[in-house]
Amino acid sequence: MTTLSAAAEEARRDAVQSYKPKRKWTIGRILNKTLFWALIVFLFTYTLFPYVWAFLSSIRPNSANGQIPVQYWPENLTWEHYQYVFSERSGFLPALRNSAIVSFSVVIISIAFGASAAYALGRLRFRGRSFVLYTILSMTTFPAIAILGTLFQVVRQANIYDTVFALIFSYLIFTLPFTVWTLTNFFRAMPGELEESALVDGASPFRAFWQILLPLALPGLVTTGLLAFINAWNEFLFALTFTNSDRARTTPVVISSFSGNTQFDVPWGAIMAASVTVTLPLILLVLVFQRLIIGGLTAGAVKG
Amino acid sequence: MARFENPVSILHPRVAAARRDFVSGRITRREMLFRASMAGAGAMTLAALGGLKVAAQGTPEGTPAATGEVGYSIQVPTDLRTDLGGTSIRAVLADAGNVDNDWHDAAIAKFTEATGIIVERVPGEQSATDRLQNYRQQFAAQSADLDVYQIDVIWPGIIAPFAVDLTEAVSATIGDYLPALVENNTVEGSLVAIPWYTDAGLLYHRTDLLEQYGLTVPTTWDELTTSAQTIQDGQLATNPNFIGFAWQGAAYEGLTCNGLEWQVSNGGGNIVEADGTISINNEQAIAAFERAAGWVNTITPQGVVNWQEVDTLNNFVAGNVAFARNWPYMFSASNAAASTVAGNVGVSVLPMGSGEGARNAATLGGWNMFVSTFSTKQEAAIEYTRFMASAGVQRSFAIEKSHTPTLVPVFDDPDVASAQPFISELRDVFTGGAVARPSTPTGENYAEVSAVYYQQLNAVLNGSTTAAEAVANMETDIDGIMSGL
Amino acid sequence: MTQPVIPVPPSAAVVNPVQRRNEDAPRASWAKARERLAWAMVAPSMVVVIVVALYPLAQTVYYSFTDARLTRADEAVWRGLDQYRFLWEDRNFRGAFVNTVQFTILSVLFETILGMATALLIFSNFAGRGLLRTAILVPWAIPTVVSSRLWQYMFTEPYGVFNDITQYRLPQLVDWIPGIGSSLAGIFPAPGDSIPFLTDPTLSLFSIIAVDVWKTTPFMALLLLAGLQTIPGDVYEASNIDGATKWQQFWQITLPLVRPALLVALIFRTMDSFRVFDVVYVMKQGSLDTQTLAIYAQQALINGDRLGRTSAVAVVIFLCIALMVVAYTRLVRVEENS
Repeated sequence: MTTLSAAAEEARRDAVQSYKPKRKWTIGRILNKTLFWALIVFLFTYTLFPYVWAFLSSIRPNSANGQIPVQYWPENLTWEHYQYVFSERSGFLPALRNSAIVSFSVVIISIAFGASAAYALGRLRFRGRSFVLYTILSMTTFPAIAILGTLFQVVRQANIYDTVFALIFSYLIFTLPFTVWTLTNFFRAMPGELEESALVDGASPFRAFWQILLPLALPGLVTTGLLAFINAWNEFLFALTFTNSDRARTTPVVISSFSGNTQFDVPWGAIMAASVTVTLPLILLVLVFQRLIIGGLTAGAVKG
Repeated sequence: MARFENPVSILHPRVAAARRDFVSGRITRREMLFRASMAGAGAMTLAALGGLKVAAQGTPEGTPAATGEVGYSIQVPTDLRTDLGGTSIRAVLADAGNVDNDWHDAAIAKFTEATGIIVERVPGEQSATDRLQNYRQQFAAQSADLDVYQIDVIWPGIIAPFAVDLTEAVSATIGDYLPALVENNTVEGSLVAIPWYTDAGLLYHRTDLLEQYGLTVPTTWDELTTSAQTIQDGQLATNPNFIGFAWQGAAYEGLTCNGLEWQVSNGGGNIVEADGTISINNEQAIAAFERAAGWVNTITPQGVVNWQEVDTLNNFVAGNVAFARNWPYMFSASNAAASTVAGNVGVSVLPMGSGEGARNAATLGGWNMFVSTFSTKQEAAIEYTRFMASAGVQRSFAIEKSHTPTLVPVFDDPDVASAQPFISELRDVFTGGAVARPSTPTGENYAEVSAVYYQQLNAVLNGSTTAAEAVANMETDIDGIMSGL
Repeated sequence: MTQPVIPVPPSAAVVNPVQRRNEDAPRASWAKARERLAWAMVAPSMVVVIVVALYPLAQTVYYSFTDARLTRADEAVWRGLDQYRFLWEDRNFRGAFVNTVQFTILSVLFETILGMATALLIFSNFAGRGLLRTAILVPWAIPTVVSSRLWQYMFTEPYGVFNDITQYRLPQLVDWIPGIGSSLAGIFPAPGDSIPFLTDPTLSLFSIIAVDVWKTTPFMALLLLAGLQTIPGDVYEASNIDGATKWQQFWQITLPLVRPALLVALIFRTMDSFRVFDVVYVMKQGSLDTQTLAIYAQQALINGDRLGRTSAVAVVIFLCIALMVVAYTRLVRVEENS
């Protein structure tokens, strides 16, 4: 597991300090500095502008959203788009509910299944171990489209078409391999003595897992849980195919075909309001768990 | 414009007007919704103002509110079964925000009162393309969730395997329905859906501009091209945004409708003929497409390759268009109080082409009532579709909601004629001249055939391919689609 | 979504920390109990993998040799290689293949360059780097459907903000530059002359690539940043003493040392781009000029009801991705040996 380790951080600081000796202010250096900060400003604008723009458009009346030249700063503020999005007519609220149910269920199931498998793969020796590991791992390279049609058949036979179960069940294919892999690494990296002392004390391997290793793996669980949540929250293709009513449709599907009150309306204000709303929980997660998410994303990439 | 697949069906004029005001910033969304909900009464105002060419709708403020059942002249047929009381069915009709919904609820109340059958109205998707995909998913999942579906005129071939044969259900009145629609909805001898309301492509013109330039309503495409150019050249001096001829060129079902009109009117065949022959690769179709491609950047701006009905409507009511191709709904919409062209709108049949077999052609549109074989309450569902497609109900739908009927006797109804003058004036277009898209011969493959057609045609319009190449591609692709693989 | 799991080559993967202990304690019954426990613990995950992935995949392969329709798959007739032959001859499939390859190459190329630049910027010490690192997570966290709609709105003509910027703001901005300002302003489109970002058949694929690059650059940048942070500082110190320029340092030190991380990031992004669906579908639906393989497959299934066709396309995509993974594993091995 590689969240930003203290050692790496220190090495980085050393590196930074060592190749930046104090120098005199020359024209070249001023130009360099200006360019550097211009780049930083550009980068901030580039990454944040679309979201800020969406927010601004969501609080402007639609008349201003189709105006030429474009109105940059909203002149009249309105909450009508949010009112519409949260009204019964838009169908957005049931979608939000479905998204929440699906995402939380996926997180819980993938952590429960994943952690248990990861413990076995990371700390128990058994025949077929690498077979299991590679089978689960190979699912990562799996294009979802490859099983779209046949999974539809499975969903129909299981009688879960247009239910949240269809989505929960199919999303595990994305979240489980990642969870298993990350947690396997996590368990492997733990010192053997921990568990050994418990085993010597007569605890069963399962108890050792449950009472000693699992609590220690908490950061890993949170990281994988977060990434599973984000994946499930954002998934589109399966949601588009396996659901078709308010009963199970999730927010990405609703937003993709979000249209206004009349047949020929392109209600950008409402689309942006829905977009801002659905992204807000993710932005909050990112702000709070930034380090864990980055750690989870880059896990493995810098191994060895 | 963003690429939205829009259903090719009637947009209620009052709603269209409200939407336009809303988009242009004249009114708020709340106000638009309010005005849209008032639309039920709007059609009657139109009747009072009469006259095809000078019709103008009353101001929204002056219109008496008609909500709920009040004001709907729905007449319940007398031959409905009453022994199914207590059965509960689910029907997909209009989308959630549709202005016809209060009318639907009133109709359902009358139906339940007469039969005891309870109907739950389930909102469908707004876009016809999305709607079809969802229906297909329902059928693929063999879902008994829904009993009655509202289906587009081009879907019978696609949904036929899941349709209850409704021949018996309307045996008494089958001769009264427009024959073209009955034929369209009959697949392998069974009536898969009952025609409910209908649509056809029309040519709109500005009466004031024709007068100003001393022109008459064009009867051929070439005449239209010249007249549009003349008016555009003259108007550009004062209006830099002026458009000679507006139509729908985006890659979506609407372009199939436009394209079919161009080629059929030019004697270019029906894409796929009734016997299954793929006839698209012919000189007259090529000529028709080349003529249309020639409009782009001359009498129609380049942007037309992304235009749908709404763009035509918006430009027309803003006074920027001399001629336009659109569905009947634009007549009332462009005569609404807020329209800058109100009172100056004329409607006629679309022009003829040239060459052998040239004729007037309007693409047929409209919606039908369908009962699913997966339904466990088919008898009650059938009663509901019979009710919805009956004369007394269609009459009300025409008078109060300006939807063109499918029963010939309703066209003759004096109340309908006075409420919606264009329906009787253009009766021949609806009852005889309208051309069905090749949904029957292509059957379950129609959606794919149409996609190939509009994608290739769109490529001709945006200049990335030639008409000759496009029809050759269409022929190969349609052949591949029909191969059954 | 990005699935950040690395299929590590076999040589590196099987290192069992408890192995030694097991050998030290050869208590057979205990080992057996442990084996049973292990299988019990992996069983739920294995069941899911079999039901949700392996069984459907096997079915997909089977259906790709039939004429199966989604609504009546039980009537499927064996057609051998007919579906593949059809795809080989189908102009639209070839178009989708070319679009997908174009999309993959361009989008991976641009996001690598941008990602590297971003990583280097964040890596250098400046006030607010933590903030920037958080900020670049925003595009990554936004659902693809949402980001597609945000950009679709900004690309809209004539009133989208990009058309406003290119027609009005940028000319105004450069006009201030003395001397060449007015001639510079001339290169921008004239007012009213909108750029058809999403409607011009040659432009739309690039517009979509721009959205994908925006969305995925953060992932690239973070992986590269993690790679940068493993480079020991004294390497730079040494080269500073040798008088190397920043540019030389980048090519001679940074790039070679960050290579393993870069390789991993590249393979993820290539795999993801090759199966791209959401961003193209939301912005252009099934339009021919941007249709990708995944959209071709989905449309065949949903618009055409053709389970057989979809399955054949799926197998093609699957094989392409498998090939990429093999190629990648090779590369990593070569890397390790040298």
